[in-house]
Amino acid sequence: MPDPAMRLRRDQPSDLEDRVEPSNAQHVAVDLAPHAPELTVIEPSSGWQLIDWRELWRYRDLFYFLVWRDVKVRYAQSVLGIGWAVVQPVFSMIVFTIVFGNLAKVASDGVPYAIFSYTGLVPWAYFSSALTGASSSLVSAAGMISKVYFPRLIIPLTAVLSNLVDFAIALLILFGLMVWFGTSPTIGALLLPLLVLLMMLTAAGLGMWLTALAIQYRDVKYGLSFAVQLLMYAAPVVYPASAIPHRYRLLYGLNPMAGVIEGFRSALLGSQPMPWDLLLMGTITAMIAFISGALYFRRMERIFADVE
Amino acid sequence: MSDIAIKVENLSKRYRIGLKEEMHDSLVAATIDFVKQPIVNLRRLRRLSHFEEDGHDAEDVIWALGGVSFEVKQGEVVGIIGRNGAGKTTLLKILSRITEPTSGRVEICGRVSSLLEVGTGFHPELTGRENIYLNGTILGMKKTEIDRKFDEIVDFSGVEKFIDTPVKRYSSGMRVRLAFSVAAHLEPEIMLVDEVLAVGDAVFQKKCLGKMGDVARGGRTVLFVSHNMMAIKSLCPTVIWLNNGKIQSIGEAEEIVQAYLRDSEAVCVTYYHPAQPIEGRDISLIEARLLFEGDVPDNGQELVFEVKIEVLKKMQFSAHMFVYREYGLVMVAADYHSPVAPEELAPGMFTLRFKIPPYLLNPGMYSLGLMLADYDGNNEQYLSAQDLIRFDLEDDGYRRGNRYHLGWGGAVSPILPVSITRDSR
Repeated sequence: MPDPAMRLRRDQPSDLEDRVEPSNAQHVAVDLAPHAPELTVIEPSSGWQLIDWRELWRYRDLFYFLVWRDVKVRYAQSVLGIGWAVVQPVFSMIVFTIVFGNLAKVASDGVPYAIFSYTGLVPWAYFSSALTGASSSLVSAAGMISKVYFPRLIIPLTAVLSNLVDFAIALLILFGLMVWFGTSPTIGALLLPLLVLLMMLTAAGLGMWLTALAIQYRDVKYGLSFAVQLLMYAAPVVYPASAIPHRYRLLYGLNPMAGVIEGFRSALLGSQPMPWDLLLMGTITAMIAFISGALYFRRMERIFADVE
Repeated sequence: MSDIAIKVENLSKRYRIGLKEEMHDSLVAATIDFVKQPIVNLRRLRRLSHFEEDGHDAEDVIWALGGVSFEVKQGEVVGIIGRNGAGKTTLLKILSRITEPTSGRVEICGRVSSLLEVGTGFHPELTGRENIYLNGTILGMKKTEIDRKFDEIVDFSGVEKFIDTPVKRYSSGMRVRLAFSVAAHLEPEIMLVDEVLAVGDAVFQKKCLGKMGDVARGGRTVLFVSHNMMAIKSLCPTVIWLNNGKIQSIGEAEEIVQAYLRDSEAVCVTYYHPAQPIEGRDISLIEARLLFEGDVPDNGQELVFEVKIEVLKKMQFSAHMFVYREYGLVMVAADYHSPVAPEELAPGMFTLRFKIPPYLLNPGMYSLGLMLADYDGNNEQYLSAQDLIRFDLEDDGYRRGNRYHLGWGGAVSPILPVSITRDSR
C-alpha cells in the first residue's frame, strides 16, 4: 500500500543532507554531537589496530551502566551481599596466618604475619577476580555481541573496573587492621594511586588476552581458576619478596604483581623500602601485556560474533 | 555526498559451518581419539576463524552473501525478503557492524540503530527502571536522552506500577512490552529491523507494526527484514528479494512480493533436509517434514509437522511451531516446554510433532516454521526458522462434494454445526 504521507516527506528537502559533509575519512564518526550525521564505512579490516579511545569515549554511558550492573548484580540475592568482599580476603588471611605464619613460620619482614599477608591479599584478590571476571565476561555477553554493535573492549574492561569496588572495601578493612596492629603508613603511601594503576593495567592487559582467547577456546575458563591459584605463589602474597635470592630478584620482578604487592607493603607497613627495581620491571611487563593484549583483542574481535 | 543513506558495494560474507563430531566405533578408537582430541579440537576451533587463502576452501565453507550491491536513499523504507539462509540476517548484521564482511564495502550516512532482537542485555536481577537505562545505552542512546524520554517509555510499556521491581518478577509479556518500548523510542536516522515481530502475541505484533509504520512515516530510513508479506507490503514501497546470498530482484513492493510468492508456490516442500544442520545456540535443526496420506495433503486428514532437532547441552527450552498463510501471517501456533525433571533434559536427538487436526485449515498455500527459545519466556531465541515446509492444502471435497463448487469462505474451516429451530408458524 503506497503511503502518501511517506512520499510527501521524501519530497521535502532533507535537512540531513545539508549537514552531511563530504568526507574521505576511512573510518567512522565525524562529530560527537548527539545528532550530527556521521559517515560510517564498513570494510573488511586488515592488520593490527590499537584501542580507539575516541569511540570508547562515545560509548561511556554504556560503559558506566555495564560497570554498575556488574557491581549491583554480583552479590544479588545473597545474604551477606557486599559482605562477601570482606569475608573472602579476611578468611584467607586467617587461614594463611595459621598455616604459613604459625605452623610453617614463614618470615614476614618483621611485621605481624596477619597484616603482612592481608596487605598482599588485597591487591591479589583484585587481580584474580578481575582476571576471572574478564575472561568469562565475553562468553556470558555472547548474546549481546551477536545482536548489537558496541566497542567490544568495553566488556573485559568492565570487569577490570567493577572489581575496584570490592578492592576498595577490602582496602578499608586493611586500614582498620592497621589501626588495630598499630602500624602507620610511610611517605610511600602517596604512591598508592600509581600502584593501583599498575595493578589495573596488568589486569586489563592479561584480561584482554584471556578474553579474546576465551571466546574461541573455552579451555581458558577451565584453566584459569586453577592457574590463578598457582600463580599466587609466584607473587609475594604469603611470603616476602626478600625471601627470593638476590640474583633472581629482577626476573621475579617481571611479574608486575610482585612490585605492586611489595609496594603496598612498603607504603602501608614500612617493612621494606619502596621496591623500585621490582616496580620498574613490572611496569615494563604490564605495558607490554597491555599493548599486546589490546592488539590481539582488536584483531580477534572481528570474528567474535562469528565463532560465538 | 548525495541523498544516499546506505550504499552497499559488492558485499560478500563467508562462513565456515559445522563443527562436526566424528563418531568412533570401538573402545580403542575412542581411546586414540581421546588422546588426539586436544590437537583435533585446536585445529577444529582455529578453522572457525581461519580460511585457506588459495581459494580451495573445503566444502564446509558457505557464502552467506555473494556480491550484493544496492543503494538506499534517505527516508526510504526498504523491505528485504527471501527464504531461510538467503542472507537477510547476515546482511543486517554486517550493516549494523556486528560482523565484518569478507569483501566489499558499505557506506552508511547517519546514526544507525539495529533492532535484531528486543531486550538485548536485559538483566533479571535489575529493576525495570535500571533495565531501561541499560538496554537503552546498549542500543546506542545517551543517558541524557533516556532521562528525557524516560516517562514516555514507561507510559508506552504500561508497567508503571512495577518499574522498581526486578524484571525477574515480571511476566514474559511485561518484559517484552518494556523491551519494545525502549526500542520504540530510539531516534536513529537509519533503522535496521530484523524479524522482531515474529515473537509475541497478536496484540503485541499489531502494536509493533503500528509503531514501525510511525517510524516509516517519520522520514527515517528503514531496512526491514520479514517473512510477513503483508507487513512488508504495507510498510515498504521498495523491496529487495535475496536468494542464495544474491539479489534476485529489487523493485516496487507489490511486484516483487508477487514474484516471490509465485516462485515459492512453484516449489512445494514437504521434506526439508539441509546438507548441514541449521545451527542455533546449543541446539540445531536436522530436518523437518510434513506427514500426510496420499499424494497431496488435504484438509480432511490429520497433518503432522515433524521436526528433528539435536540438543547439544543439558538445558530447558521451549519450542514454538507455526503455521503461516501465504503472506507470512501466523494462522496457528503451538508450543512445547521442557519438563522440569532434570533427567529428561539430557542432550541428544529429539523429534517434535505438531498434529494439525483435520478441517482446521481452509485449503490454500501454507508454510510451516518453528522457533526454539528459552524456557522461561525471557524472549531469548536459540534458533528460528520460518518457511521450512511449504504445501498446497487441497480440499478433500467433503464439504463441497454435494453442494458447493467454489472455495469455502473463511480464514479457518472447522466443521461447525448450525442448528435451526422453528419459532412460529
